[in-house]
Amino acid sequence: MTFGNLSLPTREDFYLAALVTRREVRDSFRDWRIIIPIILLTLVFPVLATVTAQRMLSFTAQYGGELVGERLMPFLLLVVGFFPMSFSLVIALETFVGEKERKSLEPLLATPLSNGQLYLGKVVAALVPPLTASALGILVYMIGIRLTVGWTIDLELLIQILLLTAVQGLVMVAAAVVVSSQATSVRAANLLASFIIVPMALLLQAEAVIMFWGTYATVLWLIIAGLLVTTLILVRMGIHLFNREELLGRDIDHIRLGWMARLAWNRFAMRGEDGRYPSVRLWYRHLMAFLPVLKLPTAVLLGVLVLSILGGLAATLLFPFPEALQGELTYERIVSNAQQLQLIVGDLPAVIFLHNVRVLALAAILGLFSFGVMGVVIFMLPWAVLSYLTAQFALAGGEPLRFLVGAVLPHATLELPALLLAAAAALRWHAIIIAPPREQLISESWLLAAADFARVFIGLVIPLLLAAALVEGYLTPRILLWLYQ
Amino acid sequence: MIIANRLTKLFDEFTAVADLSLQVNQGELVALLGPNGAGKTTTVRMLSAILRPTRGEAFINGHHVVKEAQAVRRSIGLLTEQPGLYDRMSGLEYLQFYGRLYGLEPDFIERRSLELYERFAMPNTADRRLGEYSKGMRQKVSLIRAMLHDPAVLILDEPTSAMDPHSAKLVRDAIEELRADRRAIILCTHNLTEAESLADRIAIIKHGCIVAQGSTLELKAQLLGRPQLELQADRPLNGVVLELDGLITPELVQECIVRFRTDNPTVTNPILVRKLTESGVGVISLREVSQSLEEVYLQVVAG
Repeated sequence: MTFGNLSLPTREDFYLAALVTRREVRDSFRDWRIIIPIILLTLVFPVLATVTAQRMLSFTAQYGGELVGERLMPFLLLVVGFFPMSFSLVIALETFVGEKERKSLEPLLATPLSNGQLYLGKVVAALVPPLTASALGILVYMIGIRLTVGWTIDLELLIQILLLTAVQGLVMVAAAVVVSSQATSVRAANLLASFIIVPMALLLQAEAVIMFWGTYATVLWLIIAGLLVTTLILVRMGIHLFNREELLGRDIDHIRLGWMARLAWNRFAMRGEDGRYPSVRLWYRHLMAFLPVLKLPTAVLLGVLVLSILGGLAATLLFPFPEALQGELTYERIVSNAQQLQLIVGDLPAVIFLHNVRVLALAAILGLFSFGVMGVVIFMLPWAVLSYLTAQFALAGGEPLRFLVGAVLPHATLELPALLLAAAAALRWHAIIIAPPREQLISESWLLAAADFARVFIGLVIPLLLAAALVEGYLTPRILLWLYQ
Repeated sequence: MIIANRLTKLFDEFTAVADLSLQVNQGELVALLGPNGAGKTTTVRMLSAILRPTRGEAFINGHHVVKEAQAVRRSIGLLTEQPGLYDRMSGLEYLQFYGRLYGLEPDFIERRSLELYERFAMPNTADRRLGEYSKGMRQKVSLIRAMLHDPAVLILDEPTSAMDPHSAKLVRDAIEELRADRRAIILCTHNLTEAESLADRIAIIKHGCIVAQGSTLELKAQLLGRPQLELQADRPLNGVVLELDGLITPELVQECIVRFRTDNPTVTNPILVRKLTESGVGVISLREVSQSLEEVYLQVVAG
């Protein structure tokens, strides 16, 4: 098994990984700190959940709210499955960073085990006890609820809950590997684990709302799909980080603010090794030379742009404007709106510019917490809305091309490159932690990518947005009026 | 068997090992000495294919440590600085686990483990949980783990630390036997007596570089200069020593004892004895003053 070229695991890989798994699982089952909570969550909690469901059902029935009680049962099934799974996080942190702390990792790393075999063995080991407990808990709950209130679980829901439970565990374990590789002690890992616990808690709350809403079948499949994608990203990141070099080479975990600031500033300012700063012209030359690095994220964003336009068009067919609203899309209305815009034209460019900068900054910040996903979503929104509106024009009998040329094209020629550049640099920055360059630390590559984003943003995006805002404020309404009058 | 050629390891801006070259042949034991943080552990980790050298290359049993890392790890028995055992496993379970990672058969592992348990004076303890073992026993299990697959190369980090004198002697005997059995061995230790008694060669590391290398005698000659000789006479030598001026350079004169150095003792010593006898001074003894490895070490490390 070599993760570098992603070759398929061999029989020997599975055999050696299974040896690691067996040892770890045996170790976990000998630890009362793991066993007792698992037993409690497997046996006691499902019984408690059954009693709660029974009581709630009879309580709500008194007031004609049977629906609430019925909705509670699938929700409790989800909770019964999830609670033991939460242990996967604890076990994973313990098995990875705990081993590092107890100094038992080095002898293991000195064996012929490959990084991939060790990773696989440990991930499975962290999943087996909680997954078993989860499945047992679900079984106990299902039997209990069948015997007490006669509720039989729908097969699709059962599959969804089992899958959801497993994928949630996998997400937590995969994230724990990432956390473990960056921590030198269980204490530090537990602190960093908040980054896993908080999103998982939010996800569980969202799932709870969905379960109570009632129409969960499609949404749960979507959540499972989303979690699978997250797992893939985290596994990719974990594989990258789970190697001997990272695990034993990083013994220092103190914050080096000076080094961080120096690294980022030097990259941003393009300071030479001799400590000299380049001229503005040279700085821009460096910036232009950097742009080809953004080829891949730009290609991804262009693909996303096409998708959002298609999505907007599809949304038009699904949700056409009601007739009353279609009246707003007449020539007269557009002319009147454009004339009104001209009245406030003095403030318009500043408002547009600040709005665009704010949106891009928001996308950059949100992307930080979602491997760039939220940033990309924000990038998609205006194009989806634009294509939706343009298609509504067509539906209302208007001329979409004239609308696009008049209302969008003049400033979009500047705004689109600005948005693309900002989003691409942000995406590269957010996603670089998934697979940082081999020769760099995660923090190092993240800081350098952040500095690159700042370079692109300040050097190119802001001037382009400024120019676009001026065009949109002064020129676009005139062109629109000229085209429509 | 072990060849390191200009190995260098950088951690960010910190150089842990710099241009380290070393060769250990079959049947040879080289002791790596150096203060804490000198780069011994990083060197060992690079040689064991755990860490990737930033520059330079190394071969273990003919295998490149980066390109054939798994083959390297298969050829090495590594005794780590910390035993790093799994406390909830029994000794035998632990060795079964490690043995199988090296592709050994369970029956063979059990037989060999029990044999080594006997050898290291731990009979009837293989079924006990490792958490119940004493420090010395843990160290011995760790050593058994390193020897289990009969590796051609052994890298032993502080093998006798935490052991009582009897256990330490058993381990030293085992190391001697492994060397006699044509293994290439690197021994990292702070125990200078152990290094002196076991090692064919000694390499002293400081700030990631090997600053002195050679046999104990070579290092002494190289770093402490010509050997010091001590002559004991049957009467005070104060007056006589002046007459010997030119023949030897006295460094210490105490009543009946004189310590001196000479370039060519085979020529000088017989003349010295004859001269003293002619002067009516009886020579009780003439011997080389032993210079310890500690002196060499301190000279190198403390400057």
